[in-house]
Amino acid sequence: MSELLNPQEKLTPDTFLRGLWEENPVFVMLLGLCPVLAVTSTTLNALAMGLATTFVLVCSSLLVSLLRHWIPKQVRIASYIVIIATFVTIVDYAIQAISLELYAALGAFIQLIVANCVILGRAEAYASKQRLHTTLVNSLGMGAGFTLALLALGTVREILGNGTILGVSLFSPDFQPWIVMILPPGGFFVLGAWLLLFNWLRESKVRRAAKFTGAPADAR
Amino acid sequence: MTTEVQIQPQPATTPAWAMLRTLGGIALLSGLLVALVYQFTLPIIAENQRVLTEKAVFRVLPGAVTKRDFVITPEGGLAPAEAGVSGELIYGAYDAAGQLLGLAITGSGPGYAGPVRVMFAYDPDCDCLTGSKVLQSNETPGFGDKLDFDPDFLANFKALDARLNAEGTALANAIVTVKHGTKSEPWQIDAITGATISSKAMGRAADAAAQHAVPAIERDLAVLASPPSP
Repeated sequence: MSELLNPQEKLTPDTFLRGLWEENPVFVMLLGLCPVLAVTSTTLNALAMGLATTFVLVCSSLLVSLLRHWIPKQVRIASYIVIIATFVTIVDYAIQAISLELYAALGAFIQLIVANCVILGRAEAYASKQRLHTTLVNSLGMGAGFTLALLALGTVREILGNGTILGVSLFSPDFQPWIVMILPPGGFFVLGAWLLLFNWLRESKVRRAAKFTGAPADAR
Repeated sequence: MTTEVQIQPQPATTPAWAMLRTLGGIALLSGLLVALVYQFTLPIIAENQRVLTEKAVFRVLPGAVTKRDFVITPEGGLAPAEAGVSGELIYGAYDAAGQLLGLAITGSGPGYAGPVRVMFAYDPDCDCLTGSKVLQSNETPGFGDKLDFDPDFLANFKALDARLNAEGTALANAIVTVKHGTKSEPWQIDAITGATISSKAMGRAADAAAQHAVPAIERDLAVLASPPSP
């Protein structure tokens, strides 16, 4: 039944690119906003969180896709959660092995990747119905989209809030950093600004297309 | 039109054992993976922890090249820490000639957003704290994180009095944080304006660390001063 509603997708560049732009998990689907707001106070934290999430997303999607014929649908969510939690634990140990300072900076948000709806959403909506190679490409695209979104917030917040990028000072010592930008409100301000830009871009594209075809401008 | 009754396909019921098999299999696989990764990363993480502690000790006691770990014994003295002991350790720091430079002691106090854990350097020659480094804090960026950088605040820890009382059981004067600009005694810490709570946490941490460790250190100074065995 689900096979009929969701025919197996053919592998196209779009399988990857959708995650970056058209279905960007943060800027379009507004998923996983908790880590997006919480750990993007510096570029490095944002990058580490993005890569950790991507690893969990790709590995768990692959395993779900591999086991999709064996997981009965009554226990699918429980199975997905166990699979996701396994990879989150692995990432948790890996980050501690790489750098304890980074681990302290990311805090509880590594463990909270378990509850990131981007990952469970991918498992339920895509990996459980699609073949292994399309799943790999699609989850890589989603992970890249999520990492890019985190970086978009992290760089802006670090530049404005600390006057640095990846720890390298950008301005003269006279620069007074906007501390609010690395505090929680700054996360909301910057996310809001990015959403404004994305929506404006999308709407102006629709408006331009409408002018070209003569269709009403409010068609989305 | 005869008996053309559309027979709805019954939704296939999954036998319970299939669900059990799936969940059990996934849990088994998960346990195996986690155990493998845990075993693999355990020595690396322990090494990271050691390097991080050593870096902090050498930062609060500049010039140190080796450190030895000590624990406080139930009798209130010091004993070299065996490998693998947990709990608050006291670190003796030595220079290249094997001379005791000072001790690194840790304490924590309640800050604005959770506990602030700090490492202090204790100099047995002047009976005072001579340096500090925040090991762990969640204080507000831009205010509470000045604890490690504000030059005026760090000046408090150039020679913060930590003399013992006559019996050698506790500090003669408890270390306290006072309002900015009102420091009058050598055992007081001058708070940072705008970060009073974080400064107070630092004072409580210093007091806790010194009250806990200095009596034992002063009792067993001879154990400490002997050059580290290879």
